[in-house]
Amino acid sequence: MIEFLMVVLVCCVFLCLFRIARGPTASDRAVAIDVLGIMVVAFGAFMSIKTENEFYLTTALVWSLLNFIGVLALSKFLENRGFDD
Amino acid sequence: MRETIGILFMFAGVVFDAIGCVGLVRLPDLYNRLQASLKCVAMGTSMILFGTMIIAGFSAVGAKAFLCLIFILIISPTTEHALARASYIAGVKLWEGSIIDRLKQDSQNNGTGK
Amino acid sequence: MKKLILAFLSMVIWILLVWPFSSGDVDWHSIGIGVFASIIVGILFGNAFTDSPYKFFEIKRYFWLVYFVVVFVWSFLEASVDFAYRVLHPDLPIRPGIIKVKTKLKRKSGIAILANSIGFAPGAVSVEIVDGFLYIHMACIRYKDTDDATAVVVRRFERILARILE
Repeated sequence: MIEFLMVVLVCCVFLCLFRIARGPTASDRAVAIDVLGIMVVAFGAFMSIKTENEFYLTTALVWSLLNFIGVLALSKFLENRGFDD
Repeated sequence: MRETIGILFMFAGVVFDAIGCVGLVRLPDLYNRLQASLKCVAMGTSMILFGTMIIAGFSAVGAKAFLCLIFILIISPTTEHALARASYIAGVKLWEGSIIDRLKQDSQNNGTGK
Repeated sequence: MKKLILAFLSMVIWILLVWPFSSGDVDWHSIGIGVFASIIVGILFGNAFTDSPYKFFEIKRYFWLVYFVVVFVWSFLEASVDFAYRVLHPDLPIRPGIIKVKTKLKRKSGIAILANSIGFAPGAVSVEIVDGFLYIHMACIRYKDTDDATAVVVRRFERILARILE
């Protein structure tokens, strides 16, 4: 059952990658990166249940904090520059 | 029994995640995409972590899942507000079908428009 | 005095963080590290702490905090189900726009927490804060007027935050 749920999550990751490749402005890419970072935490929880090892959940904890700091820095950068590409 | 309830929560969480990612592709505008995808994906990941908590019980895995849940509940509205504010200042346009934009009207009235 | 209270609070938070990982009994190394770190935090950040630290010792505020968490999680559930309906509907029933609401909170920390928790109200995200007024982007606008929108979106969080923080 858990393997099936992880396959569905991988399909969702491909939808996020489509928005990162397509997105008209840089802000769209920032939003997609944030969503991708939250879904990595879900992968950590799944792996930790499947292997009964708490190491993956520790990684997910650190990853969520790093993702938060990274997105805040990215939004500060977008405020000052306003670049379109 | 506990395993079954946890798997049910995880299934609901994955459904919410999938809806959030479909919204990320389907909606027409940056602000709508931001709201739909961040709300639904944060809800889905919280449900998955809650299912992990139910399966693991009072152990190290359960405590770490609880900490992760609290972090996600604090982090995701903050990043939502920061990204919306940054992209409005950077000049991302609203969708053509939007019916009102009070911020633009007020900044033009005050003469301090960008 | 501010520094002492901040050091005590950070020591409490440290013990709450350490306790679940060590399965009941906290050893002396963890407590020593906690005392050292909380004294350093108190000395460094004591002057930038809140201006009325005695509010942390009123028990009534913590019950309102628990009630705030319940309201927050319920509003989060409502918002995500609402957006799931909007995304899966074939016609995309959205009428987006930016409207203006006002708040009665005075302190900066209260306004920041309010602006962040509006991000989980159904179909709303706050875009800009200009002294006392919040500009929020809503996905489906029912009320264009400032007072009606304030009664729908802001009131439910503001009523509780005023009792917690002020």
